[in-house]
Amino acid sequence: MDFYRSHVLVCGGTGCVSSGAYTIEEMFNNALVAKGLDKEVKVVRTGCFGLCEAGPICIVYPEGSFYSRVEQKDVERIVDEHLLKGRIVKDLLYVDKAATVTDIQTSISDVTFYKKQKRVALANCGVINPEIIEEYIAFDGYQALGKALTEMTPVDVINEMKKSGLRGRGGGGFPTGLKWEFTSKSPGDIKYVACNADEGDPGAFMDRSVLEGDPHCIIEAMAIAAYAIGAEKGYVYIRAEYPIAVKRLGIAIAQANEMGLLGKDILGSGFNFEMEIRLGAGAFVCGEETALIASIEGERGMPRPKPPFPAQKGIFGKPTVINNVETYAVVPQIILKGADWFTSFGTEKSPGTKVFALGGKINNTGLVEIPMGTSLKEVIFDIGGGIPDGRKFKAVQTGGPSGGCLTEAHLDTPIDFDTLTALGSMMGSGGMIVVDDSNCMVDFARFFLDFTVDESCGKCVPCREGTKRMLEMLEKITSGNGTMQDLDKLEELAYAIKDSSLCGLGQTAPNPVLSTLKYFKDEYIAHVVDKKCPAGMCQDLLSIVIVDGCIGCTACKRVCPVDAISGEVKQNHVIDQAKCIKCGACIPKCPKKVIVKQ
Amino acid sequence: MKSLAELTKLRDESLKRVDLRKERKGTRIVVGMATCGIAAGARPVLAALMDEAQKRGLKDVEITQTGCIGVCRLEPLVEVYKEGEDKVTYVELTEEKARRIIAEHIVNGHIVTELTIGAAK
Amino acid sequence: MTKNFLTEENFVKLHRVIDAHKDMQGPLMPILHEAQHIFGAIPIEVQKVISEKLNTPLAEIYGVVTFYSQFTLEPKGEFLIGICLGTACYVRGAQQIIDKICELTGVAVGKTSADGKFSIEATRCIGACGLAPVLTVNEDVYGRLTLNDIPGIVQKYKGAN
Repeated sequence: MDFYRSHVLVCGGTGCVSSGAYTIEEMFNNALVAKGLDKEVKVVRTGCFGLCEAGPICIVYPEGSFYSRVEQKDVERIVDEHLLKGRIVKDLLYVDKAATVTDIQTSISDVTFYKKQKRVALANCGVINPEIIEEYIAFDGYQALGKALTEMTPVDVINEMKKSGLRGRGGGGFPTGLKWEFTSKSPGDIKYVACNADEGDPGAFMDRSVLEGDPHCIIEAMAIAAYAIGAEKGYVYIRAEYPIAVKRLGIAIAQANEMGLLGKDILGSGFNFEMEIRLGAGAFVCGEETALIASIEGERGMPRPKPPFPAQKGIFGKPTVINNVETYAVVPQIILKGADWFTSFGTEKSPGTKVFALGGKINNTGLVEIPMGTSLKEVIFDIGGGIPDGRKFKAVQTGGPSGGCLTEAHLDTPIDFDTLTALGSMMGSGGMIVVDDSNCMVDFARFFLDFTVDESCGKCVPCREGTKRMLEMLEKITSGNGTMQDLDKLEELAYAIKDSSLCGLGQTAPNPVLSTLKYFKDEYIAHVVDKKCPAGMCQDLLSIVIVDGCIGCTACKRVCPVDAISGEVKQNHVIDQAKCIKCGACIPKCPKKVIVKQ
Repeated sequence: MKSLAELTKLRDESLKRVDLRKERKGTRIVVGMATCGIAAGARPVLAALMDEAQKRGLKDVEITQTGCIGVCRLEPLVEVYKEGEDKVTYVELTEEKARRIIAEHIVNGHIVTELTIGAAK
Repeated sequence: MTKNFLTEENFVKLHRVIDAHKDMQGPLMPILHEAQHIFGAIPIEVQKVISEKLNTPLAEIYGVVTFYSQFTLEPKGEFLIGICLGTACYVRGAQQIIDKICELTGVAVGKTSADGKFSIEATRCIGACGLAPVLTVNEDVYGRLTLNDIPGIVQKYKGAN
């Protein structure tokens, strides 16, 4: 029987799988069989719903009931109550922290996290089973390819893409239509399309979610791009760290081949296209397009000087279009619904929507897709649900290791490519990490530099040597040995690296330092002049002290491993800073809570 | 698959299986399936409704269950919500009556008056 | 590591893999992925075979193997503990988690214990940012960690064989 009265969607994204979604799925299937409901209710494994913080997530349709943090013991209740008797299990539903009313949200469409979103790239994620091609087809899958092949010439496709104003979602923001046009006009018989799925920015995982939740849309989009530029072969370069995405994309390619949606003479149009997956091997720099090309060719993933651009000389020396996953993900809908539909979202210079990965000190960590031009405040406080534990918002970091920080003063900024760049940050691939007042900004900059130093490929000197020197200076500052001169040198070196590095990695590597220097200079100065870390994070600059109110109970003294605490019973105790190793063991022992880190 | 027409045909067929997850529109048939309803025989009624809807290839029809509707003595009980119409409550159903509701009310648009709650004593 | 992983059987598999890939364009990366999978590492003995069969200089292959962090010259321990040091995990306290694990296992980051049981790695973002901080032990993923969870996790694998 194909017709089911109810569908239980279980999220099969990496986040939920890590919190046990597969077990939950299996238990649902078993419980349904045990109750004789397996012919009426179907369990569907889908891609990421975006609200990873609340995983494992299950949604029961047609009601759209949104169950979060589903545990094994909850499965039976959902089956008994909801699926058998039709009573929604209210206490297991997702509690909407951002809602003004305390009503429990019974349907997914009522949850604030989703209300302000506009899902285009993620339209099918969490709705279809990514391992079944028919489900993708049911939601108009491959219709755009059909339209392009039967009603449009390659030039029509390129013109529609240009008209849509779509800009590359991987970070650069280069107009996609123009890129396709350049490649189509490059001379040569053999051309390639490639998909950059080497999503390396720490804290960004939208590409992974699209590949896991809707792999067919990438295949369809690459086929459309291939038709537009005159290519017959496509490569997807994907991180080996994403095993679920690799597997599902592989299944999708096999299904498309079997159906004749890949291969020879697609849909009777005479157009041929085949696809191949290439795995990355753990090198961040391979997200840079020329390095990616080198890696596919079987070399060390080192960037090459541009020009020649990939549009002229790409994979195996042939003209190549390279777009990232999220860019491809919106292509079928642009072709099917038209450029005018796409430009109805977003801003004039940055049309459409953008997916952000919210992370760090924020209540609703997960993936959100919003129209460009939405303010940071709406994303962080309305959709993201604000900062946990009642702490204070300090900054939001966008663009990963290539981006920078934005502060409270920027919360009303509408997000698009140009506003973020103007403020010294960048869109990047869409990582958005929120930090609160307990995070040290100098240490945060050091963290990113540590990343770049590790991932610098070593080809050009400014990046290889320069970032290392910058890291040393930052370490000097966080350990309390910095001088004001170091701050000046740091800035000077940062600009030198920006100007002289070969590829995007080096050119943007100093951004986290420059933007924290710009907006949080007082914190740097506190480290250098006062030898203090205002956020209390840099261990070397902390001291543990007993403030007023000590009752002389000796509890701290007894626990200190190095006998650094002295004082008589019922007298004030003191910590000898020369002996203290800052282990913090005394802090929880104090009944009056007067031992503090400063 | 060798043409766009074939693709569109497959889409239309596949759509039936995932329709449930799309935005809610069209007709909703709700079967009372609390303990009382199940005891009175709501399960075969539900199965008959689904079977009939499936056979006729009905789109935009959602068949779902709910808890106790409150008039246990008239179970099995089914409510039909059609767009632009008031709710119709059918009572004391059997498999045959359920199939009639699909054929007459859902497909042809004629309310089966003698099966409604108003006709029951 | 006393276990011999350079077995004849593995080399037979390697030859098969190379034969299957050598006619494609850019065969080196796919072959190295397979080799890493077969042997658990790509030591010089393995590189030599690939070099001869692909007719590519050994130096070039060594260059590629050492460039990518997923390829290793020596095998990893039985249990590979990877602590995610992505930004989201870092701001939620991943560093303290690493310190605790190193303390409990007696193994430093990037090293393997003498008995070949544990290897510890600080990994790049694994994309489970919603569950930060996160660690993986081989295929198992542990999320929403607190320092108190760590001893139990380590103990579970210490006892296992």
